[in-house]
Amino acid sequence: MQDFGAAFGQAFALILSGDADLMEIIALSLRVTILAVAMACAIGLPLGALLAVGRFPGRGAATVFVNALMGLPPVVVGLGVYLLLSSAGPLGVLQLLYTPTAMVIAQTILVTPIVAALTRQVVEDLHAEYDELLRSMGARRLGVIATLLWDARYSLLTTALAGLGRALAEVGAVIIVGGNINHVTRVMTTTIALETSKGNLSLALGLGIILVGLSILVNGLVMGLRGSAARLAYA
Amino acid sequence: MIRRSFLTLTLLGAAAATAAGLAFTGPSQAEDKFIVVQSTTSTQNSGLYDYLLPIFTRETGVEVRVVAVGTGQAIKNAQNCDGDVLLVHAKASEEKFVAAGYGVSRADVMYNDFVIVGPGSDPAGIAGGKDVTAALTKIKDSKAVFASRGDDSGTNKKEMALWKAAGIDPTADSGSWYRETGSGMGATLNASVGMGAYTMSDRATWIAFGNKGDFEIAVEGDERLFNQYGVILVNPETCANVKADLGQAFINWILSDEGQSAIADYRRDGKQLFFPNAKMS
Repeated sequence: MQDFGAAFGQAFALILSGDADLMEIIALSLRVTILAVAMACAIGLPLGALLAVGRFPGRGAATVFVNALMGLPPVVVGLGVYLLLSSAGPLGVLQLLYTPTAMVIAQTILVTPIVAALTRQVVEDLHAEYDELLRSMGARRLGVIATLLWDARYSLLTTALAGLGRALAEVGAVIIVGGNINHVTRVMTTTIALETSKGNLSLALGLGIILVGLSILVNGLVMGLRGSAARLAYA
Repeated sequence: MIRRSFLTLTLLGAAAATAAGLAFTGPSQAEDKFIVVQSTTSTQNSGLYDYLLPIFTRETGVEVRVVAVGTGQAIKNAQNCDGDVLLVHAKASEEKFVAAGYGVSRADVMYNDFVIVGPGSDPAGIAGGKDVTAALTKIKDSKAVFASRGDDSGTNKKEMALWKAAGIDPTADSGSWYRETGSGMGATLNASVGMGAYTMSDRATWIAFGNKGDFEIAVEGDERLFNQYGVILVNPETCANVKADLGQAFINWILSDEGQSAIADYRRDGKQLFFPNAKMS
């Protein structure tokens, strides 16, 4: 059995060598996940806030539904998107299967419930606190939603990061709709799955270490930005 | 304050959506000269495509995108028109695919063979044997653990046919000595090494496999372990999106003297993994 030391060695050797294939794979991983999280935020933030502030019949059921969707299995999402985008499927004419776009669509579906559900909780707590104040200012519902989202922006950053974590880590959806095609749709997680199936376990684990490092880097960057933004705002 | 934050959020949302929408429209559409080949994990995991496809692309400018899944899934994907060419190893299923109108015609490309691999300790006492059904019978009688793909792949279909030839229904004991992993060849080899189980692999994947542990080939050389690969153009009359010209160009190349000798040239650890046997026309 190969040992963990070998995996760390491989990870560092790979990073230091600046291997072109590895850089391509990392770049695609980041491109797909960041786009998916951006889309998920564009949908999930307003949706979550609406669930928190809105007063409409079926709101409770909708909340339970969105919360439950946080547990969507990636492989099921992948299968659903595959059936939609397949040439034999309803959206087949778009010819999007086995492209990065298909991977973004699948991950957007995976991440949106996470963003929406966590946003709802954050905004609802804030709403309970500021409801009277906002009402006394005569704010209308859209205004209330926008204000609460803005005020909760630092908490919502963590929400987005939770979504990013999910997208960066999942393999089940992207391997089905992307097909793990070399130089086209191969990302970090699908490469790890491939190398594992080739029996190159220390290389696979090395890639896993790089992926974790990447996640730390992205989270650190976001937290750093948040820190500077907060300092500017309160200076 | 309310108006400003609302405006900011709207702008942010719009920017994110636009960025996401625009980002992939460019590159994915630009290179139209590619085909999608639905194929098997054995051909990909052995590294054959990494060697073969760049040669074809260099000569023709046509990029080949391989989706490597089990033969059963590859055929299913091709039936859904999600590929231009099918290159798999389950002759009966391939002929059915063509007969049903999903494929134009089928041609032999290359072959290798299957081997039974197992732990060096050889608990069933089958090492060095040639008769595969006798070996399977010994595995069952000694209740030595056997890992099956269990995924309707070409290898799995072959394995089931061999059990049948031995007069054994191993699925009756599924979960005890017979274990269905439901995954690809590599994953099943990993599982076998992990639990000290015998398994059947195509020789190419086995030779290229990097996590052999103390495992060795136990049974080889039985003519029933023959493993034939075939290539099929997905029928453009059934699937309007099939790039018939480019797909046919790829098939012609892989069946040509040049393609065939490229297959023969591919080595791992000095061993030839695939043996070309296209019928020259």
